[in-house]
Amino acid sequence: MSSHCSPGGVAVAATPRIAGKISTVALIGPPNSGKSTLFNRLTGMRQKVANYPGVTVEQHFGRMGGIGHPDLTLIDLPGIYSLNSYSEDARVAVDVLHGNMPGTPAPDAVLLVLDALQLSRQLMLAAPILALGLPTMVLLNMSDLMERRGGEIDPLALARELGAPVAMISATKGAGFDAIARFLCRLSEPPEARQQPMQLPVLQTAASCHQWAAQVSTRTNYKAPSSSYWTRRLDAVLLHKIWGPLIFLAVVIGVFQVVFEAGLPLTDWLTEVFTKAGAAAVTVLPYHWLQVLLRDGLWNGVQAVLVFLPQILLLFLVINLLEDSGYLARAALIADRVMRSIGLNGKAFIPLLSAYACAVPAIMATRTIENKRDRLATILIAPFMTCSARLPIYTLIIAAFIPNRPILGDFFGLRAAVMLCLYAMGFVAAMGTARLLKSSVLKANAAPFILELPQYRWPTVRSVALRLYDRGKVFVQQTGTVILSVTFVLWLLSIVPVHHGTVAPLTESIIGRLGHFIEPVLHPLGFNWKIGIGLLSSIIAREVIVGTLGTLYGADPATQSVGLQAALRHDMTIGGAIALVVFFAFAMQCTSTLAVVRRETNSWKWPAIQFCYMSGLAYLAALAANQILSRIFF
Amino acid sequence: MSRALVSTALSDLAIGSCATLATLDLPDEIQGQLMHLGFVPESRVLALRRAPAGDPTVYCVNGAEIALRKETAQFISIHSVCLAERKVTQ
Repeated sequence: MSSHCSPGGVAVAATPRIAGKISTVALIGPPNSGKSTLFNRLTGMRQKVANYPGVTVEQHFGRMGGIGHPDLTLIDLPGIYSLNSYSEDARVAVDVLHGNMPGTPAPDAVLLVLDALQLSRQLMLAAPILALGLPTMVLLNMSDLMERRGGEIDPLALARELGAPVAMISATKGAGFDAIARFLCRLSEPPEARQQPMQLPVLQTAASCHQWAAQVSTRTNYKAPSSSYWTRRLDAVLLHKIWGPLIFLAVVIGVFQVVFEAGLPLTDWLTEVFTKAGAAAVTVLPYHWLQVLLRDGLWNGVQAVLVFLPQILLLFLVINLLEDSGYLARAALIADRVMRSIGLNGKAFIPLLSAYACAVPAIMATRTIENKRDRLATILIAPFMTCSARLPIYTLIIAAFIPNRPILGDFFGLRAAVMLCLYAMGFVAAMGTARLLKSSVLKANAAPFILELPQYRWPTVRSVALRLYDRGKVFVQQTGTVILSVTFVLWLLSIVPVHHGTVAPLTESIIGRLGHFIEPVLHPLGFNWKIGIGLLSSIIAREVIVGTLGTLYGADPATQSVGLQAALRHDMTIGGAIALVVFFAFAMQCTSTLAVVRRETNSWKWPAIQFCYMSGLAYLAALAANQILSRIFF
Repeated sequence: MSRALVSTALSDLAIGSCATLATLDLPDEIQGQLMHLGFVPESRVLALRRAPAGDPTVYCVNGAEIALRKETAQFISIHSVCLAERKVTQ
């Protein structure tokens, strides 16, 4: 290869934009280059998540306290392959780097993260980034892994070629960060002759960038590490014709097995702890009315929801582990054939699987689907997947109404079978809806399926723990705010109007009257007015219904002394109970999901259609379930 | 956009075989994406393995492993096919 650059190469003397104090640094790199891990390291986990206005891309801000620079703000930009692709991610990156993004300060410096394992390809992004003329440092991430696998690079030669400082780092180990600190320190000083002319391709097409990157890799003696032995060996089994699909099925079943087998005892244990704690707290309170307020107005409702935290965290844990290890990409490859039959591709599998944990992150994960119509279809069907917020009501109803009878020995019982049916129902509804959408309003040419298979790697405790902490925080916060206030207001409405110092009986309270008012609509479904109130309150979030029922039955003298399960058995037929969980399998009761769909589709039209469609389907299915079951069981 | 089928398409490359990429005949956006992943003319590509269902196929190009469906790979033409690296695993 010749020593001069591609035809039309030009010398660019990068001029620094600032002299003196710098305040904002942008972090950019291709997808999967380890950017997020690095971001968390540099900011010492103190980050803020927000959204870029008008677009669907998340932005992460953090103070660079991780390397002793809390005065500097680090902006995490979306992972991109090039600046001239038409994706929303790339547009955001360009706008932020140019300082054209409202609400985001123009960066004074850029940290470009590249995966050292695939440098010759990743260098393609360096050309457009360096051409921006901002002071840039190139970080070769995973360089420890590269060296261990027999890869080589001359970082000094690379720095000369690029006209920018180069550092070999390992984001997972936290190695090599002192060079970043030095680079940022030097920027605060007046600029000297540190910029050198560099040769960048003038026409930055994919082909010219690739040619340039290939030449740079050759001149800097880059030797790509051999592909991981273990990745190939593992894929030979995990993508095997017979073993592959079997292991895939085992993994999917295993995910649920872990959540139920390990999660249920934890939930039971937590229930016991909370009940005792609540009882102990009540006895120390001075006034009777204060005791009632705490127990019935606040504690019962919140406790009923909070006990599901272990199960929800377990589900997120398993999905995060699968994602970080690289298996989810293989799962997408295996699932592609099935997803194709409903008009989607394998990439929709990952969002749909994480929708089993929660539809909100799942809908955000649909951004990896390039085809707009495929993405919309995936967004619209994701809430049908049985998310963890449905678990509280499913578990409650199953425990109360379904006898614990074995079907296949001790391993698989009637309760597990009912739960599996509920999961299957959501899945079938999602698939049917996808087919319907893809054969009508969202008909499109088959989108290309281009999937990169990352090397397998061990998930790091740190990044998994961080995401679990985030999810747990959101859940507890929601319980502490939304659910707490809903249960409190409901309790208040269940005791007013107050006549001569005595509270109204439940049936004559405001909530009682409202419930009785909507009862005729719900009666054919086998729901009484208390369930009706539960349904109304759970439009905010599905898990709220358990808190509401806990409050309502706790406030009713007839059922106060017995537990919630016994109270429900006393109050509902088996038909009504099953109709209730069937209703929850299909209904769209989640304002967070509606909000995220609104944000991702940029219109109220799709969340509105989704809400009506799902609610209608839920009503009809619950009606059918109750009518059929009440004829079988009387 | 003309999408003429070529006689030696990437989709016809046998597993374990190597070839040199000639041309891509796909819509601009897809073509750009593929090029950024390393599917550029003159690069060497190895057909690594097929998904359990027989499609998509995993290709090794420029050190990365990329899965493509037949419907995409058939519009990428190749030349100089050789039966390389019998033992793919290392």
